[in-house]
Amino acid sequence: MRHTAGTLLVGLAVVAAGIAVAMLRVNPYLYFAGYVILQYVVIATAWNILGGYGGYVNFGTPAFFALGAYTAVVLIQWIRAPLPVLLLAGGLVSALLGLGIGYLTLRLRGVFFSIATLALSIVLQTMIMNWDYVGGSRGLSVLRPSGPPFGNYVVFLFTVMVALAVGAVTVARFIERSWIGRGLSALRDNEEAAECMGVPTLRLKLFATTVSGFLLGVAGAPFPYYVTFVEPNSAFAIDYAVNALAMPMIGGTTSWIGPVIGAVLLGSAQQLATVTISSEMNLFIVGVVLVAFVVLAPEGILGLVRRLRGR
Amino acid sequence: MAGALLEVDGLTKRFGGFMALNRVTIHVNPGERFGLIGPNGSGKTTLINCVSGSLPADGGRIVFEGHDITSMPAHRRTRLGIVRSFQIPKPFRSMTVLENLGIPLENAAHGRAAEGAGAMEILGTIGLASKAHLRPAGLTQIEMRKLELARAMAARPKLLISDEAMAGLSSAEVDDILTILFRLSAQGITIIMIEHIMRAVMRFSERIVVLDAGERIAEGTPDEIGRNPAVEKAYLGE
Repeated sequence: MRHTAGTLLVGLAVVAAGIAVAMLRVNPYLYFAGYVILQYVVIATAWNILGGYGGYVNFGTPAFFALGAYTAVVLIQWIRAPLPVLLLAGGLVSALLGLGIGYLTLRLRGVFFSIATLALSIVLQTMIMNWDYVGGSRGLSVLRPSGPPFGNYVVFLFTVMVALAVGAVTVARFIERSWIGRGLSALRDNEEAAECMGVPTLRLKLFATTVSGFLLGVAGAPFPYYVTFVEPNSAFAIDYAVNALAMPMIGGTTSWIGPVIGAVLLGSAQQLATVTISSEMNLFIVGVVLVAFVVLAPEGILGLVRRLRGR
Repeated sequence: MAGALLEVDGLTKRFGGFMALNRVTIHVNPGERFGLIGPNGSGKTTLINCVSGSLPADGGRIVFEGHDITSMPAHRRTRLGIVRSFQIPKPFRSMTVLENLGIPLENAAHGRAAEGAGAMEILGTIGLASKAHLRPAGLTQIEMRKLELARAMAARPKLLISDEAMAGLSSAEVDDILTILFRLSAQGITIIMIEHIMRAVMRFSERIVVLDAGERIAEGTPDEIGRNPAVEKAYLGE
């Protein structure tokens, strides 16, 4: 109980700090960049619930993210739904897709599951490209609501993303420390043995894919208001697939803090590179860092720290 | 047969055109030490996979303590009390030995956790207590086999299926595992032993069933099986 209260306090403190930063009104670009980094905290955390804890590598992150974004686009076009509704709806629709890929795990394991999720992303993108209501392949401009808190919509979205990141990390931490997390590690280590030891593997996999899908969708839902122009190539960008996997791997997949470390480090490096070198350098940096980590520190920064402590 | 713990009735399993099990019937009584033998490829492990739920049966019926479990998922069979160990050890590699036992304790034994031993106690009886905080990668072959048995014990089995727990072990190590299995049997656990080491099965089992090419060819006490010409033929040819 004291643990839960402590977690809640830390979470609230981070959200409060986010609001304080929003009131500081520093260089607007910092909020813009901060939003992206926090968005990656959510994405990496969500990916890790399935990929890190459960061992099912999802290459289809863009599908879930974009589904959240396009659900928001539809709701904005249709009834100009308020942001909380967009977040919830984006999450729920992606959660449904997550449940769907959960059933895929019945037949597809390992690399075959990963290939299927990658294909899913491509299929979904093709469908969106041919759907005029949401702008098709040309894309669609979205008008932000007027009169946002903090006087600036990006600053407002920044605080929203702080809260979402705290929420996602709290969920991941809760899962990790419950019987669900332990069951997921058992099935990651050996699915057949886990099932024979009484672990309801199918139910746990469906849970993981659904929660992971929900959080990815939530991360994508504010995207239309953030960029104000949504088109398939940016919503389904390969960056999401690569980063979602690279960030937890670099931070360490066995603990909730790993994806957070990875997202903050890699996300900041990418933002820095975008400004100082070129926007094309993003994925190059990820690639180099990822290869270095896979070779030198396969258990990520967490594993390195543990090794240095001599454990 | 009334009162059997496990009844397998006319169990059939095909892999494509290959008939792995052809209407196999076996009954195992409560508290029994039951041996299952047969040459390589005779269907022993397939039978176990069907009983434990790792493979779906194509025909026939499996009844455990009066419940028809033929189409029940494996984890629920484990919770009912059918627990198996694997021929090739399948430990949870990211966890310590103690944590390995935590998984069945938490998932299979929860209702029954109050009775009987905790994880450390099980490791003590099996002789792994000093390795509790190691990861499986640091274990020797025999310790790995013991971990398989310890983990199965943590699921609080009523029926323990030991799938070649002794293959590849030295003669002293075989005796070591046999002692453990005898002790479990004395605690009232029904045990099905699948084994190639004849000395071990013959000593351990009260009753033996012999499979050959997916069919049941003999059943009897170890003595009767040892004298059975059909069994000799299955193993040695004519």
